[in-house]
Amino acid sequence: MRFLRHIGTYMMMLLGVFKRPTKAIVLKELILKEIDDLVIGSIGITAFISLFMGAVVALQTALNLDNPLIPKSLIGFATRQSIILEFAPTFISVIMAGKVGSYITSSIGTMRVTEQIDALEVMGINPLNYLIFPKIVALAFYPFLIAIIMFIGIFGGFLASVYGNLVSLEEFVVGLQDTFIPWHVAYAFIKTIVFGFLLATIPSYHGYYMKGGALEVGKASTTSFVWTCVSIIIANYLLTQLLLT
Amino acid sequence: MIEVKGLKKGFNGEEILKGIDATFLKGKTNMIIGASGSGKSVFLKNMLGLFEPDAGEIIYDGERLGEMEIERKSDLRKEMGMLFQHSALFDSMTVEENVMFPLRMFTKMKKNERQERANEILERVNLPGLNKKMPSEISGGQQKRVALARAVVNYPRYLFCDEPNSGLDPKTATIIDNLIQEITHERDITTVIISHDMNSVMEIGETIVFLKDGLIAWEGTNKEIFKTDNKAVTDFVYSSELFKKVRIAQNEGL
Ligand SMILES: Nc1ncnc2c1ncn2[C@@H]1O[C@H](COP(=O)(O)OP(=O)(O)O)[C@@H](O)[C@H]1O
Ligand SMILES: [Mg+2]
Repeated sequence: MRFLRHIGTYMMMLLGVFKRPTKAIVLKELILKEIDDLVIGSIGITAFISLFMGAVVALQTALNLDNPLIPKSLIGFATRQSIILEFAPTFISVIMAGKVGSYITSSIGTMRVTEQIDALEVMGINPLNYLIFPKIVALAFYPFLIAIIMFIGIFGGFLASVYGNLVSLEEFVVGLQDTFIPWHVAYAFIKTIVFGFLLATIPSYHGYYMKGGALEVGKASTTSFVWTCVSIIIANYLLTQLLLT
Repeated sequence: MIEVKGLKKGFNGEEILKGIDATFLKGKTNMIIGASGSGKSVFLKNMLGLFEPDAGEIIYDGERLGEMEIERKSDLRKEMGMLFQHSALFDSMTVEENVMFPLRMFTKMKKNERQERANEILERVNLPGLNKKMPSEISGGQQKRVALARAVVNYPRYLFCDEPNSGLDPKTATIIDNLIQEITHERDITTVIISHDMNSVMEIGETIVFLKDGLIAWEGTNKEIFKTDNKAVTDFVYSSELFKKVRIAQNEGL
């Protein structure tokens, strides 16, 4: 029952986000700021993680390849597939639920407990639109981040395997180009778009409807992280079922 | 003019407001007084539509708040200024951006015009030179004054102040009170002020309602409040040591 009520309120929130829009010029500025905070500000940490994860995927594949009948190029192939299909879209989104998600929940939650949201409302501004719409738009640019992450991840795999003398450059590249299916990339980006929307809205929901004081802001951030992760993981399963089978 | 009729509001089965009737006049500083926790803020939030009343009506110059479409309500709110008890400044904006915010949102003023108006108002609240500071970098009393500047910068038709001078030193408190009264008279604003500070009540209580146990226990003006025999009011007024002494002195004919 409580779960259904949350879903209902979440849906109402989404409707409210698109009503009574804020003045366009103000909205534009808010969107630019959110792109900077949420997307550009996340490049550093996600690039770092993906560089090393790509390297580890390549190493693991190489170390488990002891059958001489399997070509070394599999290392390139495996790195490409795991990064594009799951690692970049899904794993990085879970990281983002921690980084961007808790930031969104705590910043909106603080505005709630210090009555800044009431202040917006009393001025005749739609706080849902003012606060959440720019985040949704900003995270619509999330696929660009993930595209960069894919390159960096594969680059990390390349560095580890080629410079670690596990495979020659030629063989790695052969593997990278082996049976390339464009639909897999499309699948990855469809997932990314959905995850971006979840990353913008679920943490916003937890911040916007929270009650209490500073202590509760911390708790709300934790709850928000858990639910954002759970939603991403479930959406990942459903989308994979829907798009790849 | 704002009329409140039969307003009731409770939380989780506990009734906080039990049927309030009150009228707040245009061009006057109207005060709501009462002990801490008596429901003053809840009363105000119902008037602003931040809480949905359980029963009763709020009428803005003849228009019922409860029957307004959301768009109409937004438009009405653009004519309201509100000073929150804990200031509620936007902490991601500088002092100056906070003050200019309503102008930016609702007027066609150019940047330099907005700036000029903001400076003018900041000077009136006695806060020049803090324009570029963030709210977290100034004191609570200064935040309150910035919040008042933000509330009045667009010359609202209705002004609401929740404890405008709690946490201020007596001198600043008087400056704030006088400014609220001046602007109210100057622009013919319907102003509603919550307070439990007897100094303010004396200074600017042009009309007063006294809230107790969820009802209006007394109403009158600052001239009348010191003459009433209403026990609840005298208990409230003379709970302060200073006023107790003043009264004893009066009784002794000094
Ligand atoms: N959002 C809320 N939910 C539940 N109870 C509330 C809420 N807001 C206020 N109350 C209760 O209403 C009573 C009056 O509060 P308030 O109006 O803030 O008092 P004050 O007169 O000091 O401004 C308090 O007992 C408070 O606990
Ligand atoms: Mg209060």
